[in-house]
Amino acid sequence: MPVLTLNDAIGAALAEEMRHDPRVLIFGEGVATKRQDLVREFGGRRVRNTPLAEGIIAGTAVGAAGNGLRPVIDLLFAPFLCYAMDELVNSAGKLRFLSGGQFSFPLVTLAMTGAGWGVGAQHNHNLEAWFVHSPGLKVVMPSTPADAKALLKSAIRDDNPVVFFLDIGLLYTPGDVPDGEHCIPLGQAAVRRAGDDVTLVSYGKTVHGCLEAAETLAGQGISAEVIDLRSLKPLDEATILASVTRTGRLVVVHEANRLCGVGAEIAAQAAEKCFASLRAPVTRLGGPDAPVAASYPLEQAFVPQAASIAATAASLCARQAA
Amino acid sequence: MTSAQPQIDPRDLLAQMHLIRAYEEAIVAGSTAGTVPGTCTSVGQEAAAVGVVNALAADDLILTNHRSAGHLLARGADPGRLLAEVMGRSDGYCGGRSGSLHISVRELGVVLTSTIVGAELALAPGVALAQTMRNQPGIVVCFFGDGAACEGSFHESLNLAALWNLPILYVCENNQWQAFVHRREAMSREHVSSWAQSYGIAASTVDGNDVSAVLAAATNAAAQVRASQRPYLLETWTYRTRGHFEPDDQAYVDPAERAAWLARDPIAMCRDRLVAAGNLSELAATDLATRSRDRIAEALAFAAASPYPAPEALTQHVYA
Ligand SMILES: Cc1ncc(C[n+]2csc(CCOP(=O)(O)OP(=O)(O)O)c2C)c(N)n1
Ligand SMILES: [Mg+2]
Repeated sequence: MPVLTLNDAIGAALAEEMRHDPRVLIFGEGVATKRQDLVREFGGRRVRNTPLAEGIIAGTAVGAAGNGLRPVIDLLFAPFLCYAMDELVNSAGKLRFLSGGQFSFPLVTLAMTGAGWGVGAQHNHNLEAWFVHSPGLKVVMPSTPADAKALLKSAIRDDNPVVFFLDIGLLYTPGDVPDGEHCIPLGQAAVRRAGDDVTLVSYGKTVHGCLEAAETLAGQGISAEVIDLRSLKPLDEATILASVTRTGRLVVVHEANRLCGVGAEIAAQAAEKCFASLRAPVTRLGGPDAPVAASYPLEQAFVPQAASIAATAASLCARQAA
Repeated sequence: MTSAQPQIDPRDLLAQMHLIRAYEEAIVAGSTAGTVPGTCTSVGQEAAAVGVVNALAADDLILTNHRSAGHLLARGADPGRLLAEVMGRSDGYCGGRSGSLHISVRELGVVLTSTIVGAELALAPGVALAQTMRNQPGIVVCFFGDGAACEGSFHESLNLAALWNLPILYVCENNQWQAFVHRREAMSREHVSSWAQSYGIAASTVDGNDVSAVLAAATNAAAQVRASQRPYLLETWTYRTRGHFEPDDQAYVDPAERAAWLARDPIAMCRDRLVAAGNLSELAATDLATRSRDRIAEALAFAAASPYPAPEALTQHVYA
């Protein structure tokens, strides 16, 4: 199996989908500069640099999607999405509904976020929950190169607007990526490790923290199940709830601010739908209600780490024993 | 320039303006009586809408905004289905989900209507890009207000359209008002057309209350866009004679300014000209107005009889 970085997996998915469907095009600030291979294969009409203007990049993608194309836009860093909120939230997310279903908006917005490059809060802000809260949009955040490729292919084929987050910390980590046509449906979580005592639910780089924690926990005789959400909307409630019903314990882990993060929704679902199975309080680990600092140790301290995930899970298991 | 004008009977233009006026007056009366929700009416701006829309081809696409009745009716929308939409009924063009503020009618080429001021400007380049990449002949016409021209999206849109050679006819209806703020208080220049020129976009301003002048200017502008596959900006200089949104007492409006514009009512100007030229009898002129009112009365009855959407509509069409 070929080994690719997540960034290369994105490039491979783009090339395959552009080959597969002439309606697919990609544009953004420096997209044509950085993706010369795509320019060579598909030409400057389908791979475009744009002015530095996120609002019009997103607006143009929404307009083009509403009129028969399937654009992918690269808005670079997630905080820059703030300049594109009207186009994504009010236009892409709402105009299908408000028009009574006359239009659909098949477009993908790529944005990077997360700790890893020490770029500070105006380049690193895990604001994915904002878009989960916005009707009409789907939200994806992969944790491996293979998933990034297969999910991006599905996102491009989806008839809805998809906001696709790339975890900065994972961009250049290599991984096995199966060759050929391989799509993962949006809304399907992956059980990364099976376990019986506690469920760890996460997405993006903290999935790897959870896997490391599960290893530690195994050494303590605790069997942890690790679920990688992959897409935040649609959310694979069935996989989460089935696991929690079995283990009776749930820790939700993400890098994003804990307050009103995706973990809050998952915790609420567990409380509402598997209350009788719970053997310990549902617990969330996430970033603080603070902008992210550039300083490396502070940036790292923002992100839930394997040690704290393991300690939290162990304490939930100890509770039951007591 | 005039030779390019389509064969349009000026009496049809007058009839369309009457229909728009009657439609808006029915909404004003209904909102006063509490039977129809208030809207942003286009009273006083009928010529600006009718002149431009009649210059277009059937396969051209139109983006409009919150003040859309003129564009929609001139394009041939059924007033009954429009009123049903305004009243939140299931026979509305958007199944009652839009109300008056974001009505799209895809079958008429009126697409992606947004009520976020400036959003139509942000969406237009993409619609036009898709037209060119899909080899569609229709140009894209983007209606927006002087207020929208103050949004960043106006400037981003014009820059991109000029840069990417997009076939967009930008039509700024400069009606002197941006909700409750006069454009004098909000714009560094008097004319939006002067802003367009700085992006290398050909632009002109026309008397928006003279329907023949608007038709001629828009025909010329549309022909330029079609031939050059480049954007053009046409500013229609007009006046919002009613308030921003019904009801509105307009206490903030300078009565002298409003009176001066009321004296240049687009419907009266067109009718008087046709009568003076012997192209329309007084009787036929009165008949046009009456027939428009009758048609709107029927449309209102249709809309009022249309059922409200079923509760399931609440979550229909959110996702494709
Ligand atoms: C982004 C945004 N800001 C404010 C409003 C409220 N609003 C609706 S219409 C309007 C005035 C717009 O003025 P203009 O663009 O000149 O259009 P006009 O109403 O005069 O036709 C305002 C402020 C809005 N809908 N969207
Ligand atoms: Mg205005």
